[in-house]
Amino acid sequence: MPQTTPFHDRLIALNQTGIWKHWSGYLVAPRYQYSETDEYYAIRNAVALLDTSPLFKYVIQGEDAQPFLEKVLARDINECQINEAQYTCWCNEEGFVLQDGVILHVDKNEYWLTAAEPTLKYFRKQAEAGAFSKLEIEDISEAYGILALQGPHALDVLQALDVEVANMPYFGVTRTHLKGMPVVLSRTGFTGDLGYEIWTAAGDALSLWDSVMAAGQNYNITPMGTTALKMARVEAGLLLLDVDFSSARFAWVDAQRETPCELGWSWMFRRLAKDERNFIGRNAIETQLKNKTQRWTTVGLEIDWHDYERVHLEAGIMPPKHGVYCESTMSIYRRGDVEWDYVGYATSFLYSSLLRRPIAIAKLPLDLAKSGTQVDLEIPVIKKPKNVLARVARVPFFNPARKTSRFVND
Amino acid sequence: MKYDAIVIGGGHNGLVNGAYLAKSGLKTLILERRPMVGGAAITEELLPGYQFTTFSYAISLIRPDIVQDLQLVKHGMMVLPMSSTFQPGYDGEYLLLGADKDHNFHEICRHSREDAESYRDLSHLFDRVCFALKPLLDAIPPNALSDRPEDVAHCTEVRNYLQNLPADVQGLIDRLWNGSAADILNDYFECELLKSNIASSAIIGSMISPSDKKSGIVWLLHKMGEYDGVFGDWGFHKGGNGGFTQVLARAAQAWGATVMTGHGVERVIYDSGKVEGVVLDNGQELRADIVVSALDPKRTFTQLVDAKDLPVDLNQAITQFKFQGSASKVNFALNGLPRFPALSGRADPFTGFVNVGPSMQYLEDAFADAKAGRFSRKPFVDCCVQSTVDPDMSPPGKHVMSCFVMYTPYHLADGAWATEREKLGDTVENTLNEFFPGFPGLVEHREIVTPLDIENVTGLTEGNIFMGELFSEQMFLNRPAPGWNQYRTPIEGYYQCGSGTHPGGCVMGAPGKLAARQVLNDRQQKEISKN
Ligand SMILES: Cc1cc2nc3c(=O)[nH]c(=O)nc-3n(C[C@H](O)[C@H](O)[C@H](O)COP(=O)(O)OP(=O)(O)OC[C@H]3O[C@@H](n4cnc5c(N)ncnc54)[C@H](O)[C@@H]3O)c2cc1C
Repeated sequence: MPQTTPFHDRLIALNQTGIWKHWSGYLVAPRYQYSETDEYYAIRNAVALLDTSPLFKYVIQGEDAQPFLEKVLARDINECQINEAQYTCWCNEEGFVLQDGVILHVDKNEYWLTAAEPTLKYFRKQAEAGAFSKLEIEDISEAYGILALQGPHALDVLQALDVEVANMPYFGVTRTHLKGMPVVLSRTGFTGDLGYEIWTAAGDALSLWDSVMAAGQNYNITPMGTTALKMARVEAGLLLLDVDFSSARFAWVDAQRETPCELGWSWMFRRLAKDERNFIGRNAIETQLKNKTQRWTTVGLEIDWHDYERVHLEAGIMPPKHGVYCESTMSIYRRGDVEWDYVGYATSFLYSSLLRRPIAIAKLPLDLAKSGTQVDLEIPVIKKPKNVLARVARVPFFNPARKTSRFVND
Repeated sequence: MKYDAIVIGGGHNGLVNGAYLAKSGLKTLILERRPMVGGAAITEELLPGYQFTTFSYAISLIRPDIVQDLQLVKHGMMVLPMSSTFQPGYDGEYLLLGADKDHNFHEICRHSREDAESYRDLSHLFDRVCFALKPLLDAIPPNALSDRPEDVAHCTEVRNYLQNLPADVQGLIDRLWNGSAADILNDYFECELLKSNIASSAIIGSMISPSDKKSGIVWLLHKMGEYDGVFGDWGFHKGGNGGFTQVLARAAQAWGATVMTGHGVERVIYDSGKVEGVVLDNGQELRADIVVSALDPKRTFTQLVDAKDLPVDLNQAITQFKFQGSASKVNFALNGLPRFPALSGRADPFTGFVNVGPSMQYLEDAFADAKAGRFSRKPFVDCCVQSTVDPDMSPPGKHVMSCFVMYTPYHLADGAWATEREKLGDTVENTLNEFFPGFPGLVEHREIVTPLDIENVTGLTEGNIFMGELFSEQMFLNRPAPGWNQYRTPIEGYYQCGSGTHPGGCVMGAPGKLAARQVLNDRQQKEISKN
């Protein structure tokens, strides 16, 4: 039997489709209504509520927490002040990415971390190896639930709940109370929109859900399934483990492993020359940066609208657009004299209803990775492979000002 | 100040037209008489926090290539999907269709198992008809009166294209072009709720009932829009249809056009059959080699220029062109969601079109009133509670409801709109009260927009929402007149781009786009012949 999250009792009643799937062994709703597009638009136009409890959750605390995290995480934890969160990743010695996650600096010597895969044993082993003794790593995956409240009205909902968060900056963190329930709140999310994530003790989960839903009613709050989330995250240019990359931990060969630079995360190491951290994978990453030996990078692709129309209209069918989101690999070819000159592949493909064009996340060699570079993307048209023009694009594809803007208390 | 091009009228077609002209490098001025752009597609905050879509309220037909060409997403275009269509009936009966075709199948099965299957068949055939006709919607139509070889070839090409379509597609096109919606619906369905739900698209904004032979084509046009590539799906633009025309205005300006509001055009200046500019209503003259009228055919050919200067047959065609306003709006600010007793407590029935008009006979009866020169005692009402989808349309916890009301003839047999308007508002409230008990108690404010108001505010003659009826004798080769269906006029440099030109009314933008294409084609031709 699959596990259920602390919010499950409420989700059952809301899931009109009767469809459930598994996420890390937990029951989750891919969508609650018949149309994932409606849920998607709740993120961009109103406010959506998502149960992300299946994520693995850890509390790392003690005097050694910071030096420990400096060692195991690839991104510099010293840049993450108290009341700040950071998007980070951790690597093996060869510089291949094990996982990505968001870390919250909740208090002095106290960090909370989310991860897609279990990492308790791995962290404890690293703590032992590095002799970080004043350290406690606790797995709170079961004890806590997380709600993601995402969309332009997310702040209004929190304010209706008397939570003072207007001043909280993008990636800010605070430990506070919501209707008397202790919560950890961060201005984070996986949608690329204005949004917050709320951590709650499992025992408070149902009343937290009820409070947020009630407060959101005036703003058309909509429970969102994982499909709408995935659609939004492509627009946000955010990568998904096991879709856009795999963990080096369970890969068979290096062809399956990727370094942060190959995932397009070189920006995490902008200040590497100035810091002296001795983190796991440093040597490999530094060498790769210096010698430019990365095999590819991860980029956004914008599929040419006219070409996408053309290949379908010529075949006598309407171009598929409605609810088109796919995680299957699509080949990419260099445009030029050579036919079928394979250069890379797309990992996620979305017809963005909002942007009104297909977009994708893709792996390309560095010489083709510059914004605006043209490539051919192979798509199936009535089962046959057809190439359509695509251009390398800057991510995020959609980046509303509200995502990062500073609000003021009114 | 001299411009390359002046566009008269800042409705959505004028804005699209001006944006394309500016994009091609022409120094373009768009002149709008009212203090705001948008024409029949505006949003107004009549009550603090309540956004009213004064006239048009939903969007579907806007051409997808315009969105790309003018980069409208960058300027804020955002169409929110409608997640349901609701047809309330009597005694707790209803039809509630949504996004899932299997769910819809079972919903229709509650009324008729055969209809549920027919619904799929007709939907699929209709999709193929729309697919086949889509290229015609996005192209300058042929000129059937011209004997220039290229025009003759163009006509032949279109004829051949249509003749080569699959027989079933051709068959339905013929029926839609020449026949009634009721006729087709009766062949496919028995369920009154389903038939009347579909028939609403075939009468909307037109002075006809579903059994009128002119209703097929009205239905067809309303299905030709797309939402994410799905024909016939509609949505709400963020901030109402006025939100959309604001996007267009920003795009037009970004492409380099100047938009001037509060500047009406009195007349067009021309000499020896060539356009020279316009005179504003304050007497100011503005010069341009190209002048495009985004107004309706009557204004374009009889008010902005002297009809005496035009060919007799064109004059006659414009005189005979039918406007016949048939619809009104009653827009409500509500302090809560209407309640349909059989689905009490549910908001999902109100997230799309809510069609009040539960049977074909109901619609026929409503029309009978209009034929007798009075507004329908039991009107057909197309309701949209936009705030259920877009929370920014109303204050938190409150709602706005746009009601499109038929039939309300422009010409009343007795009385005048000035005295009938409040009665119309009451009639609508009473009608809604029959289906949503307690409705009047929800009303905080109402705005009544009669056909006369539509005409006075937007300049749409007789308040016809499409700038002229969408009847086959006024479409395609004949919109607005045979031989003058290619956006040109007899005056060189003077063009037309309003909904009175091909393909017709609705927030579609095609007339604006195609007219710009014609202007630019002609300029290019001129350049070539000069060199
Ligand atoms: C009540 C109503 C409801 C509707 N509902 C829908 C709907 O839900 N969905 C849909 O797709 N369509 C709908 N329509 C139809 C659609 O809105 C119209 O067909 C379309 O907006 C017309 O656009 P246009 O640019 O051709 O003309 P208009 O919008 O009429 O623009 C003409 C402009 O010219 C200006 N003007 C007039 N005279 C002068 C002058 N002398 N000088 C300068 N400017 C001048 C006017 O002020 C106006 O702004 C509706 C229409 C109405 C009236």
